[in-house]
Order: sequence, then C-alpha cells, then structure tokens
Amino acid sequence: MSDPTASAAGVTGTLEGHAGSPPTTAEPGREKPRSLGRDAWEDLRHNWVFWIASVLILILIVMAIAPGVFTSASPTASDLDVSRQGPGPGAPFGYDLQGRDVLARTIYGARASILVGIFATAFATIVGSFMGIVAGYYGGWTDTIVSRLTDVFFAIPIFLGAILVLTSFPSDENTSQVAAYTKVAVALAIFGWTSTARIMRSSVIQVKQADFVQAARALGASNSAIIRKHVLPNSLTPVIVVATISLGGYIGAEAGLSYLGIGLQPPVISWGIAISDAQTYLRVSPHMMMFPIAFLSITVLAFIMLGDAVREALDPKLR
Amino acid sequence: MTLTETGSPAAVPAGTPPLLEVDNLHVEFRTREGVAKAVNGVSYAINAGETLAVLGESGSGKSVTAQAIMGILDTPPGFVTKGSIRYQGDDLLQMPEGVRRTYRGEHLAMIFQDALSSLNPVFSVGYQIAEMFRVHRGMSRSDGMKKALELMELVNIPAARERVKDYPHQFSGGMRQRIMIAMAIALDPEVLIADEPTTALDVTVQAQIMALLKELQRERDMGLILITHDLGVVADVADKIAVMYAGRIVERAPVYDIYARPAHPYTEGLLASIPRVDMKGQELFAIKGIPPSLMRIPPGCPFNPRCGYARDICREQDPPNYPVGDAHDSACHFWEEVVDGTRR
Amino acid sequence: MGRYALRRLLQMIPVLLGSTFLIYVMVWALPGDPFAGRCGQRPCTDAYIAAQTAKFNLDDPLIVRYFKYLGNLLQGDLGQTFAGQNVSDLVARAYPTTLKLALVALTIEAVVGLGAGVLAGLRRGGYFDNFVLVSTLFVISLPVFVIGFMLQYGLGIRWGVFPVTVSAGAPFADLILPGLVLGSLSLAYVARLMRSSLAENIRADYIRTAIAKGLPRRRVVGVHAVRNSLIPVITFIGADFGTLMGGAIITEGIFNINGVGGLVYRSIRLREGATVIAVVTLLVLVFLLMNLIVDLLYAVLDPRIRYE
Repeated sequence: MSDPTASAAGVTGTLEGHAGSPPTTAEPGREKPRSLGRDAWEDLRHNWVFWIASVLILILIVMAIAPGVFTSASPTASDLDVSRQGPGPGAPFGYDLQGRDVLARTIYGARASILVGIFATAFATIVGSFMGIVAGYYGGWTDTIVSRLTDVFFAIPIFLGAILVLTSFPSDENTSQVAAYTKVAVALAIFGWTSTARIMRSSVIQVKQADFVQAARALGASNSAIIRKHVLPNSLTPVIVVATISLGGYIGAEAGLSYLGIGLQPPVISWGIAISDAQTYLRVSPHMMMFPIAFLSITVLAFIMLGDAVREALDPKLR
Repeated sequence: MTLTETGSPAAVPAGTPPLLEVDNLHVEFRTREGVAKAVNGVSYAINAGETLAVLGESGSGKSVTAQAIMGILDTPPGFVTKGSIRYQGDDLLQMPEGVRRTYRGEHLAMIFQDALSSLNPVFSVGYQIAEMFRVHRGMSRSDGMKKALELMELVNIPAARERVKDYPHQFSGGMRQRIMIAMAIALDPEVLIADEPTTALDVTVQAQIMALLKELQRERDMGLILITHDLGVVADVADKIAVMYAGRIVERAPVYDIYARPAHPYTEGLLASIPRVDMKGQELFAIKGIPPSLMRIPPGCPFNPRCGYARDICREQDPPNYPVGDAHDSACHFWEEVVDGTRR
Repeated sequence: MGRYALRRLLQMIPVLLGSTFLIYVMVWALPGDPFAGRCGQRPCTDAYIAAQTAKFNLDDPLIVRYFKYLGNLLQGDLGQTFAGQNVSDLVARAYPTTLKLALVALTIEAVVGLGAGVLAGLRRGGYFDNFVLVSTLFVISLPVFVIGFMLQYGLGIRWGVFPVTVSAGAPFADLILPGLVLGSLSLAYVARLMRSSLAENIRADYIRTAIAKGLPRRRVVGVHAVRNSLIPVITFIGADFGTLMGGAIITEGIFNINGVGGLVYRSIRLREGATVIAVVTLLVLVFLLMNLIVDLLYAVLDPRIRYE
C-alpha cells in the first residue's frame, strides 16, 4: 500500500504516476523508510499465528530441557498392575503396557523429537548453505559439479535414504542417547540438505548480481569478505524459512522412523516408539496412542506455523 | 510550447444527457492503516467525439475515478461511497453487476498504462481480442479470430496474419499497446478511457499511439477520457481539461483557456514546471512540498500547505467551484489573483 | 524443445549413475556382515559364503563390483537375491501395485486439492478459506502413519466405508483409502499452492483487463485466473508422482499392500542388496523422468518459457 518513493521531491515537469496504482497513503516526509526486516517484524507482531507458534515452541523447548517442571511422575517407573489403565486421578493420561505413566513419557519424549529436529535442521542447513553458496557464488564448473551432486542426493527419497543409513548403523541399548539422536538426525540430513542448497544457490546468484555486490567487488573486497558481509546476510531469509518448516518435517520423519522400529530405540523415550508400541492396542486402549500423537502433531504444527508466518511476513508479494 | 486549438466541444442539443457524466463521486480505500479518501466529489462529463484530459500526479485520484467508471475498482479495499456515474442518463452505480457487465467493452472500454502486464501472458493476442466477440456477440472461435485479425490490421500491426497467434511478450511495447487498443475498440464502444496509455513507451512511439487514438476517436465519434500527467500530450489532443489534486478537481477548463489563463495555483505551478525552450538557462520551477496523505487531507483547501497564495480562509474553508469563464471554473478562493498573475 | 529434452536426458545419466552408485555404496560398503543372521541361528557354511561371494563379486573392489553390476543392469539383468530369486520378478510383481496406488493418490490430490484451493483462493479470508487453511495445516502437521491410522480406524473399521486392507491384485476400489492417506500431504500442499497462486493472480493487471472487457465473472476466474495459477500447481503435481512412488513405505505397511515400499523395506531389513539397488534405481529413474516431463510441461503451459 505505501509507496515511499512516490513523489518525493515535489513536482517537476511531468508528474510521476502509476496508472491504476492505489493512492499514496504514506507520508515519506515524516516517516522513516522502513526496511524489509522492520516491515516483517511489524507484520509478525500483529500475526496471532506467529504468537501461538512461538509460545508453543517455547513450552516445548522448556519441556525438552526440564521435563520435571511439567510432571513429577517418573517416565520409567513401571507397575504392571496398572498396565493399559486409562486416564484417571493421579495419571491424567493413563498408563502404558508396562504400567508407566503416559503423561510422564509423553513429556519426556519431547526431548528426543526436539533434539533430532534441531540437529537434523542444523546439519542440513549448514551443509546445504555451504553447497549452495559454493555453487551459486563461484558458478561455472564448480556450479555444474555441485548442482549435479545435489541432484544425485535429491533424487533419492529422504525417508528411504534414512532407512538405509540407519540399517547400516543400528542403535541398540548401549548407544548413548546423544549418539542415537545424532545418528537419526544425520541420516535425515544426508538427503535433506538438497532443498536448502538449491534455494541458497538461486538466492546467492540473485544477490551476486546486485549493484552493491558489484560495487564491493570493484572496491577490491575479497571473495570471503563479499560472501560474509553481503551475500550471506542477503540470501539468508529464504533459508531460515525453509529451515523452520523442515524442522517440523524432520520431527515427523523421526517419529516415522521410530515407528518403523528403525530410528530411535528403547530405552530412549520417543513419541514415535510410543505410537508404534500402542498401535496393537488401538481399539482397547486408545489413550496410549492419542497423547503421543497429539504432542507430536502439535510440535510439528508449531514449527510449520512459525515458518508459515515468517514466510508470509518476509514475502511482500503475499501482503 | 505551441498551443494548438483543437476545436471546442461538440454542440449538444439542450435536454439530452451527456454521453457520460460523473457527478460528485466519492471513493475511499479502507485499509488496515486507515481510510484513504482517494476521490472526494469529482464531477465531469463527456460527449461523443470529445476528448477530456484528466491531469494529476500519482495519488490524485484520476485513475481511481476511471476505475470507478469502469466498475473495476478493487473492492475491498476500494468503495464508492457517494455520487453517480450516468451513461446516457442511466446510473451505472445503481445497476446490478450482471447488467453493468454488459456495458463494459460494449459501451465503455479502457486501455491501461502497462500493456504487458495488462494482457494475459498465457493466451495469444488473437485469442484475447477474439474473446470480446465470443463473449459479447456469441461468435465462434474461428469467426472471432477473423475479427481479431481485422482489428490488428486496423491498428496497423505489421504482418498481423502471422502474428495473430503470438503471445504478448513477443511484441514490442508500442505493438502491445496497439493490441490493447484493438481489444478496447473491438465492439465499437462510445466511451474510451485511456489511462496513461503512452507513459511506458518511447517518445517516438508515444506520438504514434496518440495519433492512432485520435484517429480512431474521430472515425468512430468516441468520447475519449485521457488520463495523463503529461501536459505536452494534452495540448495536442484534448478539448477540455480537468486538473485533479488530492481526490478533487481543482480546475476545469477548455484546453486553450488553461494554458492562457490558469486559474488555480496548482495548475499554474504545473505549467511553470514544464521545461521551455525560451526559458533556457533558467532554473526550472518546482511546486514546493509533497501531496498530502489521503488519510489526512488537510482541512480547507487541500493544496493550502503548498500554496503561495494561501491565507487563513484557505486553511478553514474548502473552496467551491468559482466560475472563471465559459466552461472554466476553479476551486480557489483567490482565483482572480491567480488569473491576474500576481505572483508571490 | 527437442534439443532441450535431449540435453536434459543426457544430463540425467550422470545423476542416475551418481544415485545408483551412492545407493550401491550404502548397501554394500557400509559396515555390517552381509551374512549375519542369513542362515538362521547357525553361522553360514563356508561353501554358502563362497558361493554368495562369487555371485555378488564381493571379493572385487567396490568400484569394479559396481561396474560389473551396471554391465548386467544394461543387459536387463537385475540380479538375484541371496536365495536365488530373480530380482526382476520381485520388481515386476511389486511395481504395478505401487504405480496404481500412486496414480490413485495423484488423482485424489489433484481433484480435491485443486478444487479446495480454487474455492479458498477466490474468497480469501472467507469461511471456506479459513477451513482449508486450518485443515491443511493439520494434515501437514500429522505424520502420515497417524493419518493412516485415523482414516483406517474411522473410515475402515468404525464406519466400514472402505475395506481396511487391500486384497490381492489391488483393485482400484481398495486403493482409494490408501491413496487418500498417501496423497494427503501433497493434497494439502496442492490446496495451499493453488490458493496462494490464485489469490496472487486474481490481483494481476490482466485480470483487471478481463473484467474491463466485460467478461462474466466465471470466465474471468475460470479462464484467465485459473489458467495462470495452474502453472506452478501442475508442475508440483507432476513432480510429486515420483515422490509418491518412493514414499509409500508406511502407507503400504498400514494397509498391507504388496508394493514397492514393502519390498524395499523388507529388502533393506534383510540386507538384500541387489533388490534394494534395483528398486531404488527404478524409483530414481521415475523421479528424474517425471521432473523432465514437468519441465517440458512448463514450457507448454507458459508460453513465456522457451528452452533452447
């Protein structure tokens, strides 16, 4: 709506005009020109989706760091007498097959999902950004080779690739938790970095041609300085959006792998494992499955909503 | 700058309503940031064979008025809040959309500034012209294409037969605008609105397009509303001029009169800011300040903050239209001073 | 166009080689004894190991093995499983089923997704638009196995609208429910993509022209806006076919379908390298071909795109 460039210096000769453009409502004289970042923040501030997603994610992160805040029950204490008992006093989510508190297990399960999601996103974003910058900035043969390499990895379905990797490096009871998380995250990121690389590449190519980059080059700035100071900050936005949305995707994928019995393994507490364990008793004890599913879905939902809101704020076309 | 008189408005028998008459039109845009009053009581009329030039800078409401006439305002956020638009006496604003639609293309047509974005990129130009005949006249696709070809030849597109199946992006800017014109005049409309038809074009092409418009208008006796910011174009083709500022018409006059006797400080400023050969070496005049925000139009005369003639009354009282001469009026309390040439 | 297609086909060769090599390495070169657990509780006999080692050229360096495999592949020989079954037979049995399933999913995703997207995009901010936004958000957030369970439980078990599992031969009627599950994520994306594409195009200058031409609203929307908005959506749907075929592992598991997903999953678990490589190679081939077709389709749909 606002068009701060219109009629900035009074009228000289011909008037500047855009047929059919809505009337100018901004007052360029009195308001500072707003940057895209500030505009985006203004947009986000008024977006309830953004706030809901942020609050949910914050809660989930606290849950992952300090699950004890939300429940005093132990996730591992097992009492076969209450096996598969439904929700009741003392156990609002009921008990699982081994008679463990479903609420506690669901809350403790947040850590696995969040950590795998963050690790996988971090690996994929770092590798993808690096590949994308190299291909986009240097161009030529480097671009050809990196792009074909990206195609090679892109052509293999992520889930299938992750299953293959995890079959070759199985986890068992002796694997440390962090190692287990990392393994699943890496397995997902090996085939997940390609979309980041493609997006990074195209936005680097765009930024590279911008006048300010040409100017920096003409002034004798080194390649690494140009990449650090100009290319990277200006091509980061789409990557951030993709990272946020894919974080949700990775969490879902982790649950899928654990559900197949191939991702995380007990004794790690994970929503995917819980869902997988509960499926046999779906008809008689649906509570065992319902709560992990609800938490898993809300987590994925929160990240996708956040990514959606950020993208909408950053994409002026959608406004 | 040469002033050529292009003839006075065609004589209309008394009692016949004008071909098109806009009366006290108000349009506002309701946005999240507030309400922008884009058009505030615009009135003008046009008869067959007549050319009205509507002059104003971006945000003056000239295009919005045209969109309201055509019924192509983006609603929401744009709403017509008051006034009437009468075509041969019938108020278009009172018609149900289904009826009003049949007036578009048939009686009222419009061409836009940017022909490239105004033509659909994925259909051939022939298809888009033929669509007029297929929808309004129920012609078959092949008959429509024949008509399209005729029209493309009429607007002087070279090798029209080979190019009728080409897409908009394959034409040059001038050719695209010719295609827009062909599409607009396809059904022989009585009123043609040209919204800055030459702004996006090279200077040489501009002249050709204006000549084509003028020729078509004469042949078909169309009323032409020419929306522009280019005073040079106006002098050659228009019969009368309406100058718009902040959503209202500040001065209305026959074309010869406006150059000779501008009666509003804004018009005066516009004329003074045209580069002229005989004033070579002198500094070009510029109206100081910027147009007001349409959400906060100042009370009184909207031009008062930028006006050299402004006194207290200008900040308090919205000036009415003072008659200046034959078919010439000005919305300025001190129009006489302006006409007398008392500069600040 | 023809030359472009040819160039793209040639470009596919290194990518296909790269992908198969990558899979080959992951199957044969990663740690793990290929014979572990192959012979039940007992360790495999030396004779068996020797025979299998010879059959899969396990003593050769990896790269030599890979090219020997490629040589066989070019002659149409997909190799054998450890038990001596022809991989080509397994693939021939599984592929048609998954192909059918993917087609059903694609049809559902296109019809429902496009319809919902158009209706939502036309009335942005309206009741239906909000419904589409919220429901697609849920579908995107729910993992596919959850959607699978819910639909299987609700539509299959509870109300009995659809069969719970797919019978042998996989008739199309049985595949509707699994197809809906498999295509659900893409359906949500298609609806959202169509919605935003349409909402963007409806504000384009040429739409204003179409209205100014006096076209009826359904023609303005149905011909001018939808035609342009379809371009990105159709390319998404086209490229999605390959993804659907490769992503059917969980869906096939839930509905007990004997397709590619089940085959590749079992083969990975049983370390049947030859089968895994063959199936994945075919999946990659389908994926690459679909991408090529989509790129060519793009030029057909959008006259502004010209390949040379």
